[in-house]
Amino acid sequence: MFTRTGRIATGVALLALAVSACTAGSSTNPGSTGGSTGGSGGGSAGTITIGLVAEPASLDFTKVDGAAIPQVLLTNIYETLVKQDQDGKIVPSLATAWKVSDDKKTYTFDLTPNAKFTNGDPFTADDAVFSINRVKTDWTISLKAAMNVVADAKAVTPNQLQVTLSKPSNDWLFRMTTRIGAMMDPKGVDALATKPVGTGPYVFDTWNRGDSITLKANANYWGKQPAYSTVVLKYFKDGTALNNALLTGTINVIGTVQAPESLAQFTGNSKYQVIEGTTNGEVVLSFNNAKAPLTNLKLRQAIRTAIDHKALMDTCWAGKGTLIGSMVPPTDPWYEDRTGDFPYDQAKAKALLAESGSATPTLRLRVPNLPYAVACGQVVKSQLEQVGITVNLDQLEFPAAWLQTVFKDHDYDMSIVAHVEPRDLPAVFGNPQYYTQYNNPQLQADIAAADAGTTDEQVTDMKKAAQELSQDAAADFLFLLPNLIVADTGITGLPKNAITESFDLSALAKG
Amino acid sequence: MILRVLQRLGILVVSLLASSVLVFAFMAVLPGDPARVALGVNASDEAVAQLREQFGLDRPLVVQYLDWLGGLLTFRLGNSYVSGAAIGPQVADRLQVTLWLVLTATVIATLIAIPLGVLAAVRHRKPSGLVISAISQVGVAVPAFLAGILLITVFAVQLGWLPANGWTPPVVDPGMFVKQLILPALSLGLVQGAVLTRYVRSAVLDVQQEDYLRTARAKGLSPMAAMRRHGLRNAAIPVVTVLALQLATLLVGAVVVERVFVVPGLGSLLLDAVGQRDLKMVQDVVMVIVVAVLVINVVVEVLYVVIDPRLRVGQR
Repeated sequence: MFTRTGRIATGVALLALAVSACTAGSSTNPGSTGGSTGGSGGGSAGTITIGLVAEPASLDFTKVDGAAIPQVLLTNIYETLVKQDQDGKIVPSLATAWKVSDDKKTYTFDLTPNAKFTNGDPFTADDAVFSINRVKTDWTISLKAAMNVVADAKAVTPNQLQVTLSKPSNDWLFRMTTRIGAMMDPKGVDALATKPVGTGPYVFDTWNRGDSITLKANANYWGKQPAYSTVVLKYFKDGTALNNALLTGTINVIGTVQAPESLAQFTGNSKYQVIEGTTNGEVVLSFNNAKAPLTNLKLRQAIRTAIDHKALMDTCWAGKGTLIGSMVPPTDPWYEDRTGDFPYDQAKAKALLAESGSATPTLRLRVPNLPYAVACGQVVKSQLEQVGITVNLDQLEFPAAWLQTVFKDHDYDMSIVAHVEPRDLPAVFGNPQYYTQYNNPQLQADIAAADAGTTDEQVTDMKKAAQELSQDAAADFLFLLPNLIVADTGITGLPKNAITESFDLSALAKG
Repeated sequence: MILRVLQRLGILVVSLLASSVLVFAFMAVLPGDPARVALGVNASDEAVAQLREQFGLDRPLVVQYLDWLGGLLTFRLGNSYVSGAAIGPQVADRLQVTLWLVLTATVIATLIAIPLGVLAAVRHRKPSGLVISAISQVGVAVPAFLAGILLITVFAVQLGWLPANGWTPPVVDPGMFVKQLILPALSLGLVQGAVLTRYVRSAVLDVQQEDYLRTARAKGLSPMAAMRRHGLRNAAIPVVTVLALQLATLLVGAVVVERVFVVPGLGSLLLDAVGQRDLKMVQDVVMVIVVAVLVINVVVEVLYVVIDPRLRVGQR
C-alpha cells in the first residue's frame, strides 16, 4: 500500500518537473526583449491595462500588413511629421510647421530640434530623408505606393526638410499621418519586428505573444511626459472575455467594444464611463458593378431604396453608429449627409425594380463570417425580400475564403464589408480592378482633380465624387461603425474617435 | 522482446508518415491563398505572386511536402508565413501553457473520479451511489466551455474571488499563476472528471463480481478495504486507457476553454494560424499534437505492464 502511493507521488513530481523545465526555457519571460536604452520614467499614475482585440502578427509594419501593428506603434512609439487630430484635421507633430510652394509640388517642413530617438540619437532632417526614401526601397506592404509621388527628399538644414513631389498631391500629406510617415533612425531598423525604435512618448518593453504588449513611458520624450509609467495592451479574441476582464478589474479600459448590445452592463454603473465616438469604418453593402444583374442602375437604386437603414442599424448594431449615405465619414473635411438620396420607400423600390426590367431578381449575398456582416446580412436579406428580391445569403470564412471568392475571383453579387481604411473612397471606387469593379471615368476624374487642386478644391471635388457615388448607387452605405470605449471612471485622454491608424496613448491620464 | 519493440517503432514511424501526408493534403485543399491573406486586401497581384514565390508555394506539392518533411526530421520547424518569426519557440511556449492546463485538469479529474467512482460502484444500490451517478451524468452532458462561463459568472464576476481570465507564467508571479489557472483547469477537470467517474464506476462494478473480492470480503475485510487492497489495481486498466484518451483529446480540445479564459495555449495558436492560413504553422502544430498523442499511447502500454504484472509474464 505504501509503495503504491509512493510511486504515484513520484509520477506527479516528475510531471511537475517536466512542466517547470519547459517554463524555465520559455521565451515569454518579461524583460527578455527590452527594446531600447531609453529607460522608463515619468508616470506617477502607475500602470494602466487596455483590452484590445487584434494582436499584431509582427512589430514590423514595413513588411507585414494589418491594422493591429500601427494601432500599437504609431504615435506611441514612432512619430510622424504631421498627424491627424481627433476632428480629422492635419496638425503638427515632429514638424512644427510646413509650407507648400505655389506649384503645390514642394513641401518645406520645419522640424523640432528637441526630439530624440529612444536609443539616444537626435532626430534630424537626415533621418526624415532616410525614413521617406526607405519606404520606396525597403518596405513591402502595398500601402507604400502612396510614397511613389515623392521625387526627392533632402535636408536643407538639420532642422529643415524639403520634399519635392512629381505632381501635386493633397493625399500625400494626409498619408504622411499614417504608418508610411513613421520616422525611423538609420541605426534603429535592424530588428524592426522585435525592437522598434522611435521618438514617441513610449518605449517598447515586452511582448508576451498570444497575451499582451507592454510599453513604458519614455523618460527622454521631447513632448509632454505620459502620465502612466506603464501601459499594458492585452489582447482578447473573445468579446465576452474582454467585458469580463473589465468587470473583474483585470483591465482598466475596453479599447473597442465588440458587441454593442453588451454595453448595457456598463451604462448606469458609476464605476465605468462609456465613450461613444466615430470611426472610418463604413459598413458597405457592396455590389459587383461589372456583372449582371447589378450592372443595372435601376436595380441598384431599388436596393438602396428598399433598405430601412435606421431599422437595420437598430437591429444589427444596437442602434449605435452613424447613418452616412456615401463613402465619407463625418470627420473627413468633405463630409455631407447623403442619407436623403434614397429615402426608405418600399413602393418606390418596387417601381424601380419594375423599371429595371425584372421585378423579381435573385441575388447572391456573400458575407464574411464577422459579427457585423452576419447580423446585417440577415436584415438586408429580409428587407430586400419584402420588395420581391430573392436573396441567397451565405457566409464565407474571413479572411481567407472571403478574400479568395469575393475579393479575388469576384464570384458574388453583393457582399457586406466594413471598409475601415481612412479616406478610402478612391481606393474602393476609383480603381475598376478593385473587387467592387466600379468603373466611372467621371468619378475617377473628380478624384484626380481633388488630389491635384488646392485644399478648397479638394473639398469641393471630393464632395462631388461622394455625391456621384451615392446617386449612381455604386454600393449601399449601411452605416458607419461607432467607436465604443468603456473605461474605469476617472481615466481621461482616451481617443474618442478611432479615425487614425493609432490607438493614441499620449494623452492618457488619471482624472 | 526486441522484435516487439521494433514492431512498435515500425508502427510509430508509419503512423507518423501517414499523418504527415494527411495533414499536408488537408492544408493543400483548404481554400484561400496564404500569400494573399498575409498581404491583406490592398495587395497587388504582383506582390501576392512574389510572396508566393518567396514562400515556395509556386513549387509542385510533392516538392513542398518533401521540403517540409525534411525540415521536421531535422527539427527545423521553419518560419511563420504571417509574422516571419520562428515557429519552434512559439510552439514550445504555447505547449507548456497547454500542458499546465491539461495536466492540472487531469489531476483534478482523477481526484474527483476515483473516489466518487468507487463510492458510486460500492454503493450502487444505495441513495448516495445513485446521487453520484446522476450528478456525473449531468457533468458528462455539460460542455467544458459552458462550465467555464458558469464558473466565471459566479466566481469572478459575482463573487470576485478569482480573475475572470488571463495567463501569467509561473516564473513571473506564482500566486497569480495559480489564481488564473484554477477556473480554466476546473472547467476542464470537472467535466472530464464526470466522464471518468462513470468509467471508474463501471470498471469497479465489474471487479466487484470477481471471486477474489468475495474471498477478501470473506476474510473479514470491509467492502471499501477489500476494494482498496484487491480491487483498484484490477479496475485500473480500463480507467488508464480512458484517461490517456482524454489527455489526448484535451491537448486540442482545450482550445474552446483557452478562448473563454484567454489562455495563450496550443489550441488558440492553432486556431489563429488556421484563420490566417499560416499553413506551415498549422502543419507543425498538428504534427506536434500527433506526436504527443502517439507518445501518450506508448506510455499507456508501458503503464499496463506496470499496473498488471500478469502482462509481463509473456515477455520474459
